Amino acid sequence: MKRDFTIRTLVGVLIALLLAGPLLPRWAMFLITVSLCYGTVVLGMMLLMRTGVVSFGHGLYYCLGAYAAGTLDVLFGVSDIAVMLLAAVAVTGVVSALLGLLLRKYRDIFFAMLSLAFSMILYGLLVKTSALGSSDGFNVAAKTLFGIRIAGTEFERYVIFAVTVLIAFVAAVCMHKYLASHMGRLAGAIRDNELRVEYMGASVRNTIHVNYVMSAVLAGLGGALAAVSVGHIDPEMSYWTTSGEFVFVAILAGTGNVLAPFLGAFIFETIRSFAYEYSPNTWQMALGTTMLLVIMFLPGGLWSLFTRMRRAA
Amino acid sequence: MNQLLAVLIDGLIYSSWLFIIAVGLTLIYGVMKILNIAHGSLYALGAYSAASLAGYWINQGHAPMGSYAMMLVAAILVGLIAGPVIERGLLRFMYGKDEIVLVLVTYAVFLILEDFIKLTWGVDPYFLYQPYSLLGSFDVGNLTYPVYNLVLFGMAVLIGVTLVWVLTKTSRGKMLVAVIHDREMAAAMGINVSLVYFVTFTAGAMLGAVGGALTAPMISVQPGIGAETIVLAFAVVVIGGLGSLPGAVLAAVLVGLVRSAAVHYRPELDLFAIYFVMAVVLIMRPKGLFSVQEARKI
Repeated sequence: MKRDFTIRTLVGVLIALLLAGPLLPRWAMFLITVSLCYGTVVLGMMLLMRTGVVSFGHGLYYCLGAYAAGTLDVLFGVSDIAVMLLAAVAVTGVVSALLGLLLRKYRDIFFAMLSLAFSMILYGLLVKTSALGSSDGFNVAAKTLFGIRIAGTEFERYVIFAVTVLIAFVAAVCMHKYLASHMGRLAGAIRDNELRVEYMGASVRNTIHVNYVMSAVLAGLGGALAAVSVGHIDPEMSYWTTSGEFVFVAILAGTGNVLAPFLGAFIFETIRSFAYEYSPNTWQMALGTTMLLVIMFLPGGLWSLFTRMRRAA
Repeated sequence: MNQLLAVLIDGLIYSSWLFIIAVGLTLIYGVMKILNIAHGSLYALGAYSAASLAGYWINQGHAPMGSYAMMLVAAILVGLIAGPVIERGLLRFMYGKDEIVLVLVTYAVFLILEDFIKLTWGVDPYFLYQPYSLLGSFDVGNLTYPVYNLVLFGMAVLIGVTLVWVLTKTSRGKMLVAVIHDREMAAAMGINVSLVYFVTFTAGAMLGAVGGALTAPMISVQPGIGAETIVLAFAVVVIGGLGSLPGAVLAAVLVGLVRSAAVHYRPELDLFAIYFVMAVVLIMRPKGLFSVQEARKI
C-alpha cells in the first residue's frame, strides 16, 4: 500500500510541534494553540461543505463548547481540562443530534438561515444572563489535567499547547480516515446530486445528520480548547460574525484535504494578530478582498495551489 | 390595559422600522436571488452619511426642518453611488453562481465596507438627535411618543405602497415580475434583464440606506450597527418568505409585536424572542410564511 502523504505530514507536524513547543516564545506558542483550536472548528465546517451544506451558525457549537467547559467551574467547581473537553463534546453532541433532526431536511440558504437562527437564540440568551457575565462573558481557568495540578506551574502553557496539538492531530487523522471511508465518500456525492444518491440506496438525510453532529462536536471541542487557552469566553462566540469567519476560513483554505483547515486557520490567526497590532481598521477590508479573490480565481481555496503544484511535479 | 396599548404601539413602531430595513433585502432577493449581507453596510453607510450631512446642515445654522431633507438626500446619494459600484463592479460577474457563493460574495463586500466606514468616519460614535425631538410628541392615553415615530410608520407605509404600485400597475414593474418568474423567458421576450438587475440592486441599496438614515436620529451611529441590523433583516425576510413583499410586511408586524411584548413583559428575552420566532417559523414552514412551491430539480 502506498504511504499516505497526509498522515505522514500530520505525524511529522505533530512531532515537530511537540518537540519544538518548549523552545517556542510564548506568543508563538499561543498563536499556534489558537490557530489549532480554530482549525479544529474549520475542520468540521469543511466536512459540512463537502456535504454541500453551509452553516451560518456554527458559532452555536463553538460557543456552547466553550460555555460547557467554562460553566463546569461555576456550577460544580470542576476545572480539569479532560472533564471540560468531555463536557463540551457531550453537550454539543446532544444538542446537534437534536437540532440535526430538523436541519437534515434543509438545504442551501434555508440550512444556513435556520442554523443562524439557532446560534442567535443562544446569543440572545447569553447576553441577558447576568449570572454568566452577560455580554462581557467571564474568565475560565483550567487548573488540572487528569487530576494533576498545572495552574501556576511553569508547564501550564506547554500542557495546554500539547493537549491542543494532540486533539487537533487526532481529529485530523480521524477525519482523514472518515473521508476515505464509504460514508465519508458519500458527502461529495450528496453535494453533486442528492437524488441519485437516494436511488443508489443511501440515505442522504442520515449522512447529513451524522456529518452535522461530527462537525458540531469538532466546533465544540475547538470552543472548549479556545476557552482553556485564551482564558476568557463571551457570547460573541455565538454571534453570526463568528460563524461567518468559520465559513470564510473554510472557503479560504479549501476543502480538498484535512490539512487545509489548519493551514487556513494558522494564516488567518497570524494575519489577525498582526493586523490588530498594526492596522486594526483595515484588516476586515483585507479579508473581504482576499475572499473575493479566492472565490473568483481559486474556487478550490488555497489548498488547490498545493494540488496543482504536486500534479505539475 | 395601558401596558397592552403600549405593547401594540411600540410593536407597530418597531415593525415599521423592521419593514424599512428589510424591504430592500427582500426586493433584491426576489429579483436577483442574492441574499445580500452587504445590505447591513448600506444601512450603516446611510446612517453615517445622514448623521454627517444633517449634522453639518444643523451646525451651519440652517433651518432645522431641512435636516429631514438632508437625511434623505444623504441616503439617496449612498444608494446611487454604492448600488451601481457593487452591482456593476462586482456582482454582475457572479450571476449564475450558487446562491451560497453569492451570500459569501456579499459577505466579503460587507467586510470591506465595514472597514471603509471605519476609515472614513473613524470609530467614535456620531449623534444626530435633533430630528428625533424636533417634531414634538403626541399622547396616547397617558403615554407620550415622539412624532418622529409617526414619520417612521408613514415612511414604511409609503415605501410598501409605492413598491406594490410599481410592481402591479406600471409596465416596468410588470417586466420586473416577469424576470422574477422566469429570467430566461423574460430575456427571450426582449426584456433587458441586466438593466432590470442594475435598477433593482440600486433601488434595494437605496432602501437600505434610507433605513439607515431614518434610524440615525434614534441611535448612536457607531461601528457594528450594520452587523446588528442585517441579522434582524434576515430574520424578517426569512420569516416572511424570501423575496415576498406581503411576507415581509407580515413578518415585520409579527416580529415587531413579539419583541415589544418581550420588552414589556420579559425584557431579558427581547433578542431571544426574535430568533425564536424565526426558528419556529422556519421549522413549521421551511421556506417562510409566503413561499412559492418549486419543482424538485433533478
